Amino acid sequence: MKLSEQWLREWVSPKLDTDGLAERLTMAGLEVSGKLPVAANFDRVVVGDIVAVEPHPAAERLRRCQVRIAKSKTIALVSGAPNVATGVKVAVALPGANLPGGSKIEITEIRGETSEGMLCSAADLGWEDESTGILVLDKAAKVGASLATQCALPDSVLEIDLTPNRGDCLSIAGIAREVAAITGARLRSSKIRDVPARSRRSLPVRLGAPNDCPHYAGRVLEGINPRAITPLWMKLRLHRSGVRSIHPVVDVTNYVMLELGQPMHAFDLNKLQGSIRVRHALHGEQLILLGGTEVALEAGTLLIADEARPLALAGIMGGADSAVGADTVDLFLESAYFNPNVIAQRARKMGLQTESSQRFERGVDPTLQRRALQRATALLCDVVGGRPGPVMEQTARRHVKRPKPIRLRASRVTRILGTSIARSAAETTFKRLGMRIRRTAQDWNVVPPSHRFDVTREIDLIEELARVHGYDKIPEHVAPLPPPRDFYSETRVSKSRMRQLLVDRGYQEIISYSFVDPAHQGLLDPESSPIKLSNPISAEMGVMRSNLWPGLVQAIGYNLNRQQNRMRFFEIGRRFRAKGGSLGQDKMLAGAACGPAFASQWGIAPRPVDFYDVKGDIEALMALTGRALELRFRQTRHPALHPGQSATINLGSEPIGWIGALHPEARSRLDIGVPLYVFEIQLTAISTSIRANFSEISKFPSIRRDLAVIVSETTAAQQVLDRITEVAGNLLVNLELFDEYRGEGIDSGRKSLALGLTLQDSSRTLKEVEAERVVSEVLAVLQSELGAELRR
Amino acid sequence: MSDTTEAVQQQIAQLLGEAEAALHAADNAATVEDLRVRYLGKKGVLTERLKQLGNLPPELRPQVGKWVNEAKDALQTQISARKRELDTAARERTFQQETFDVTLPGRGSHTGGLHPVTRTLERLEDLFAHLGFETADGPEIEDDYHNFEALNIPANHPARAMHDTFYFNDGTLLRTHTSPVQIRYLETHKPPLRIIAPGRVYRRDSDITHTPMFHQIEGLLVDETTSFADLKGILHLFLVQFFEKKLKLRFRPSFFPFTEPSAEVDISCVICDAKGCRVCKQTGWLEVLGCGMVHPEVFRCVGIDSERYSGYAFGLGVERLAMLRYGVNDLRLFYENDLRFLRQF
Repeated sequence: MKLSEQWLREWVSPKLDTDGLAERLTMAGLEVSGKLPVAANFDRVVVGDIVAVEPHPAAERLRRCQVRIAKSKTIALVSGAPNVATGVKVAVALPGANLPGGSKIEITEIRGETSEGMLCSAADLGWEDESTGILVLDKAAKVGASLATQCALPDSVLEIDLTPNRGDCLSIAGIAREVAAITGARLRSSKIRDVPARSRRSLPVRLGAPNDCPHYAGRVLEGINPRAITPLWMKLRLHRSGVRSIHPVVDVTNYVMLELGQPMHAFDLNKLQGSIRVRHALHGEQLILLGGTEVALEAGTLLIADEARPLALAGIMGGADSAVGADTVDLFLESAYFNPNVIAQRARKMGLQTESSQRFERGVDPTLQRRALQRATALLCDVVGGRPGPVMEQTARRHVKRPKPIRLRASRVTRILGTSIARSAAETTFKRLGMRIRRTAQDWNVVPPSHRFDVTREIDLIEELARVHGYDKIPEHVAPLPPPRDFYSETRVSKSRMRQLLVDRGYQEIISYSFVDPAHQGLLDPESSPIKLSNPISAEMGVMRSNLWPGLVQAIGYNLNRQQNRMRFFEIGRRFRAKGGSLGQDKMLAGAACGPAFASQWGIAPRPVDFYDVKGDIEALMALTGRALELRFRQTRHPALHPGQSATINLGSEPIGWIGALHPEARSRLDIGVPLYVFEIQLTAISTSIRANFSEISKFPSIRRDLAVIVSETTAAQQVLDRITEVAGNLLVNLELFDEYRGEGIDSGRKSLALGLTLQDSSRTLKEVEAERVVSEVLAVLQSELGAELRR
Repeated sequence: MSDTTEAVQQQIAQLLGEAEAALHAADNAATVEDLRVRYLGKKGVLTERLKQLGNLPPELRPQVGKWVNEAKDALQTQISARKRELDTAARERTFQQETFDVTLPGRGSHTGGLHPVTRTLERLEDLFAHLGFETADGPEIEDDYHNFEALNIPANHPARAMHDTFYFNDGTLLRTHTSPVQIRYLETHKPPLRIIAPGRVYRRDSDITHTPMFHQIEGLLVDETTSFADLKGILHLFLVQFFEKKLKLRFRPSFFPFTEPSAEVDISCVICDAKGCRVCKQTGWLEVLGCGMVHPEVFRCVGIDSERYSGYAFGLGVERLAMLRYGVNDLRLFYENDLRFLRQF
């Protein structure tokens, strides 16, 4: 919220400069996020009086003006404004002036006529975006005076970021109360005088939805001057509060809203029929809003209506049909209280956040309506004239919430804040905040003022005390460490350890968005249907990833396009899958690799990364769990992977992930020009390790036997290894597969596997013949079961 | 007689001279060995001289024998020395041939790296682990109850406007903060407790200073005597540790529906040491986190007696801390995954 410091200081003026005031507000929870001096560059802009206007000899649209800018000094100016007229007080920018809009004023010649300055419009002075003519000053303005003095300068605009609980501060009055409370300065609340009725005209009001609108005040003002204009001082204050000047009547209601915090509305009385009814919309009703948007009203929407039709969206926005306009002469003024929830819900649903709805949904003081109405009447009588009617007020008392007393324990203050606050200091604070307090033996009974909706509990009072007392006065305390809750696990494999292993093996971690392009996800996990966001930020981020490959592949593509060729990426994060009726959000570890196996180096033969490089990384990862021997890769098709180069990763018989080369078709659709290997593993499957368990080291020598067997190409090496392990039994202490060969010397369709068996007994020296027997048993089983033959 | 002895002596000296010259000229072990055989071998020249001693008059024999033996010893010493010399030279030549260029690059030195957000998260987790905080976790697709209701943010609460939320058709949502982990943890654990909950959070906002996904760390401590003073103490301790420098802290009153009293915490600018710079917008202060005392309504929702227990909670933006720590000037870089960026950490 923006406000004029000068306006605020009319209400309360502590002995602090702008910075000091801003600092105090900030440290009391009203964060001042901006302090902007108002148009300091008004030097050399003065009040002038137009003494003569004559046509420009060379241009039809321009006129020559004589403007008096001092007792005995008159200058000649050329202006194109339609509203220049003799006897009008104007703002004159003299040569040397720098205007907020950026223009520099010099003596110029306009179509042959000298112009010794410029007549300013409100836009030239930075008060409006667009102006239709020059700014007309009040008649009382003193000729030759600096415009600054006429425009309540110097002034600063303070921008305050209010937290949602402090709706009571959305006004000059509210901020002033707060400043008074935190600084102890005296609050000079302006006396609001009652304006007696001078007309009998009235309009009955009926509260048809007393829960949503328990209090409504209204008043007629007849016979206003439709040609009146908003006085400059009011325009300036509106402008500094970020509100546009629209129409004198609307300007006054806005002014009262900014000053007191009560949003108001003015209807053109002659467009209303019968009486005012606050009621819920019926199905099918329509309303054209200010600005011309026609809305079909949802049944139940809170309305201000007359006997014929809806007039306004209560508390949010008025309707176009009943709005005041250039020919309005009779008004009906509304000052009501609406239930914050009702306004919040409706404003959000309709996407209409207005100055009015913003205040109502945060809570307007329910006792303020009549005062605001009096204030507006008084201002209107000054600005547009007219005769006010009697105040009509309807209240559904049962529905008006009144502040309840709250018990506050001194002991509780100390307990929560960790420091005690002197009773007298606490009481002073509460009084300054407008709270009524009654002391009991140990405690207080506190009744908050009607504008402090947010204070309903003991803790709210404690916060108020801490805030006004100052958080900086609360000491720092460090509590001792508690004993640990659980045993310190040795078998937990931390994510950090996994990451470190991959980093050490050359992988770069990435973090990608959890929502991805549905087209990419479809290519990379065609068999799941991803979970759709109802309100994505863009279509390319429309679904939750069902695996981690879209982010990885995107990162690969992004970097390939930036001249990177060797990449190892991994990411740890959740994937999201609908499983029947429930939702799976499993944590996964996934990776991708492309480009050369090694960064090019003089001593390594270059070759591209392959399946087994990546498989080795997974095996190393699995070694962290101590369960590497249980790891199995089973050739399995995956729709996103190359059918001959893909496998499930299994721990024992349980599948825990996938590895493979990205399917060439998916690659070309994703514009990845090089082979790409990807993997994904469930994090929980590798999060627990087996604690080491010592076994005796054999003192006896081992025997190694190498053999090469020829098997069918379709026989998986794993089958051969598994059979050897089983047959050789306990004596086998190590088994290596150190060569795979196809080609010359081997029949086509077959391959040779070279295996190294290390045999050892833990209790005696193994004899050669025993080793031979094991090897022949192994060979016999491989021959009979897998059709293997020994390679000679 | 003296003529004869002199002649013999000269002959020996001449032989020795010839042998020495040949030895000096020898440039390999084989030639040296040949020389040794020629002069000192069983049939060598000097050996033969000894054998011919019998032909000399007996009185001359001891003297000549001594000369010959002295010559043999001298030659033997020189041959050994020459052999060693040649051996050393030969080894040196081999070493020369076997010499590496030690400046050629090593093999397989390429390691990867952690994402800067992860680096920061791990550092934060470590730091809090030392302060006794366990790490807890919760789902990223949340329900309205845990993300809002139980945190004292009922429907239509103005605070919801601060959380631009991503929704799914079934009414679930992407968590807008890590605070729902507080609720989930409190639902299943009894105080006293102290946890942190790091993780991804989501808000429907994307511009220069916002990404629709970012990371937070939530902290929660509940015990029987916990006060705002404890909150101030732990945060000061933690921030000083994190930035590895002395800092001033400023607790500003603020509002979060799930804590009361609430505060926003500013630290003296770590970039300019509070002198005023672009990062702190010339204020000397940097806002780094939000915190407060757990609201009694939150305790009520999870069935904890707020008369007996009190607690504090805090939440901080990980990207913000990473940017301050590493001088990153554009938030969006974190999620482009450009290798040239990632490799810098």
